[in-house]
Amino acid sequence: MISKIRPAIIEKADGYIPLLLSFTIITFFVGLYFSLIESPADYIQGDSMRIMYIHVPSAWFSLMIYTLIALSSVFWFILRNPLLSLAGRSLAPIGAMFTFLALITGSIWGKPTWGTWWAWDARLTSMLILFFLYLAYILLWHSISNKDNASKIAAALGIIGFINIPIIKFSVDWWNTLHQPATISKLSTPSIDVSMLIPLLIMTLAFGLFLVSLFIIRIRILSLELRINRKMIY
Amino acid sequence: MREPVKQRIIKLLIGASIIFVAVLIIIFNLRDNLIYFYSPTDLVEINLNNNQEIRVGGLVADNSLKYEENSSIYRFVITDEKNIINVEYRGILPNLFAENKGVVVEGIYSGANNIIANKVLAKHDENYMPPEVIDALQKEGKWQGE
Repeated sequence: MISKIRPAIIEKADGYIPLLLSFTIITFFVGLYFSLIESPADYIQGDSMRIMYIHVPSAWFSLMIYTLIALSSVFWFILRNPLLSLAGRSLAPIGAMFTFLALITGSIWGKPTWGTWWAWDARLTSMLILFFLYLAYILLWHSISNKDNASKIAAALGIIGFINIPIIKFSVDWWNTLHQPATISKLSTPSIDVSMLIPLLIMTLAFGLFLVSLFIIRIRILSLELRINRKMIY
Repeated sequence: MREPVKQRIIKLLIGASIIFVAVLIIIFNLRDNLIYFYSPTDLVEINLNNNQEIRVGGLVADNSLKYEENSSIYRFVITDEKNIINVEYRGILPNLFAENKGVVVEGIYSGANNIIANKVLAKHDENYMPPEVIDALQKEGKWQGE
């Protein structure tokens, strides 16, 4: 099925961009209203916990996007459909942006909460490594002019780097870290109140819509670029 | 066309399993270096030398926080409910520092189960609650925390 994906699907998806972007903006406004005004402050952290509504979706999507890059790398390796390497290439800067957001917002939250901007614990360090992996992946594409070779090396990096994803996810359970363990996936109650879960979920939806819009825009630009380059060669 | 696809899958599986095993070995051997802090019980097991730098984490023991006015030194006890360690610290405590809450201190072991901290970090837990909910939970006796 994946081998049958054709460029025409990108053209079709591109038509939905105005609709997607309007939904993104509306969801962001609703999400920010709930995050900043409608929801209560935390019993210990006070208002500084509101940064969580940006931090947590950014962190989730930074892991998800790398997982998608790894998957597209695996399928590219098997099927050699050029659209799969285009997908990885389109996703990488978006993932880097989300990782950067998660690191920065975490740092801003860490200063008033922990008393430090940064700690070299397993969670923070593995997240920084994820950011560097994204940068390496992006730089690979820019530094290798032969795109067939670049596809191969980038796919290898995408697959090897994936090992970092479970390390990030479980670092807080495997080792003593300054970062707290996961709130949402914990089964025992109470971890997060419903009044705080609602803004978090709306913000996650907004980030997700933003991610899909950016992805479609980027993959369309890259596929057009590919076609232009082919025309210039022949 | 069929054969290369099969070969690629085999190559991929071999490559992935080699990486997986390699990373497992690395992580397993790095275990002690990957933890950010030791618990008071860990400290009993490793023999600390005097003047050794160390990070210790746990709960600030109930009623243990004392402030010495004339030397402006804070003293408190970190516990993990099995063992304890005494901390002395000269500086500003973070806002979220409180008894019965998580803390990580960085400092020098000065012997006799005592640490002279040069950094105190509040460790936040994974609970997010508005104050009213905490009050209600406390009334029902469902809240284990402070």
